[in-house]
Amino acid sequence: MTAFFQTLGMSYEWAWAIATISGILLIALPLMLGVAMIIYADRKIWAAMALRRGPNVVGPWGLLQSFADGLKVFLQETIIPSAANKGLFLIAPILTFTVALLAWAVIPFNSGAMLADINVGLLYVLAISSLGVYGVVIAGWASNSKYPFFSAMRAAAQMISYEVSIGFILICVVLWADSFNLKAIVEAQKSHVWLINGFVANPLLFPLWVMFLISSLAETARAPFDLTEAESELVAGYQTEYSSMSFALYWLGEYANVLLMCALNATLFWGGYLPPLDIPVLYLIPGWIWLLGKILFFFFIFSWVKATVPRYRYDQLMRLGWKVFLPMSLLFVVLVSGYLMLTRYGA
Amino acid sequence: MIHTLAFYLFATLVIASGTFTILSRNPVHSVLWLIMAFFNAAGLMVLLGAEFIAMLLVIVYVGAVAVLFLFVVMMLDIDFAELRAGFIKNFPLGMLLAVVLLVELVVGVGVYRAGALQLGVADGAAASPMGLSNTEAIGALLYSRYLFLFEAAGIILLVAMIGAIVLTHRTRKDVRGQNISHQNQRRPEEATRNVKPEVGKGVQL
Repeated sequence: MTAFFQTLGMSYEWAWAIATISGILLIALPLMLGVAMIIYADRKIWAAMALRRGPNVVGPWGLLQSFADGLKVFLQETIIPSAANKGLFLIAPILTFTVALLAWAVIPFNSGAMLADINVGLLYVLAISSLGVYGVVIAGWASNSKYPFFSAMRAAAQMISYEVSIGFILICVVLWADSFNLKAIVEAQKSHVWLINGFVANPLLFPLWVMFLISSLAETARAPFDLTEAESELVAGYQTEYSSMSFALYWLGEYANVLLMCALNATLFWGGYLPPLDIPVLYLIPGWIWLLGKILFFFFIFSWVKATVPRYRYDQLMRLGWKVFLPMSLLFVVLVSGYLMLTRYGA
Repeated sequence: MIHTLAFYLFATLVIASGTFTILSRNPVHSVLWLIMAFFNAAGLMVLLGAEFIAMLLVIVYVGAVAVLFLFVVMMLDIDFAELRAGFIKNFPLGMLLAVVLLVELVVGVGVYRAGALQLGVADGAAASPMGLSNTEAIGALLYSRYLFLFEAAGIILLVAMIGAIVLTHRTRKDVRGQNISHQNQRRPEEATRNVKPEVGKGVQL
């Protein structure tokens, strides 16, 4: 995009700055719109599985429900509890929301369309997603209230536990793709097994994708791992004391995070912006549409799980993370690197 | 130009957050300032062209170590009066440490000025090779020249981890544990019973 702005007669620095800013807007604005629509979709899917109608009043088929909710929340009063740590109480939702948007910088939407083509892209995603826990923990502490505090403790333990196994899973993908760059990872998946684009067709990597999907549910604290806001135990978890826009920021950030995890599932295991099969005709459809389709498919799985699977007990959650996923993913690091050592790099 | 600006921005923020880490009354605020310092240090690493180290700094320190700090500090019941009493009690020790550090600083600068040590001479030995990304350069060095040291560090960490677990782990007899495989093997037929009692009779279980 920098080159385009340079043809308009700008110097390189100005063209770069304007290209970056417009790139950020091109990602963030559709993302916000997407989050609004995905909240609607989530409620509709959930309702359909519970044999209800879901939101159907505001706009045609209730499509504008999220915007009505947003407007309502925007007009409410922000209440700050008198015992709260005021500064941190207000910073926490902003932090959550910002972090949810940051990681999108390295997601490739097409072969050339990514905001930051950095060669440690996947590490950047890991670094940013490890920041997500702070928004929750700070909120729980700054609220100065029992239930949010419990929720913050749970969130900290949960997110750290699952980050470990996610790290090992990503190591396997990186080993196979031979790069940390997300674009290179997507390109490495081209006709990976016969005609199929995607690591998921590889029998050695398929179990890793299953683990990654479950871990991403836990990492985003979606059902069945939504113990941080388990309404039967903790009121609303860390969001209990929040109202108005600060509450809405949590909501938006949470769904942006869910979309990010769907995008990562698509990019790392399902070929990202590549079509599912390596057939020339399919490349006529632009890459970002394929990516969007995959993201929506994974979001449907997330909603499906939310509507059907009962909530885990906390000790079961910890056991799954530390006693099942951690040894399994470690084993797969050994298997994958051993296989690559034998086949790709010679004896 | 933008490099210089970014350097001074990050450097100022590192020093400022470091200072606030020490000056904050509230330990939780201290940890948060510390996280801010880590983050800006990562920014400085990016400016140096060491993006791999920068990302590791964020993942390891901000993502894991600082969360554990915060976890512990948040659970502390802070009594400010007691903290201040501790300040007066520890004041002589603190002064002693400060004097030692100051002497070290002065001696260090003095030695450097005297020219006995060749400190900080840029000879390009630390730069990563041309055409290699950061990650590849570090990997190539770590798994060839420093392989023994690297593996030794791994073993030391493993021993430390096992040691920590052995020292703190205790099996308590009075707690009812769960046998997960036993739980998973249970089937509805053996755990539940369908009875159809007559009205007013009740059930014997």
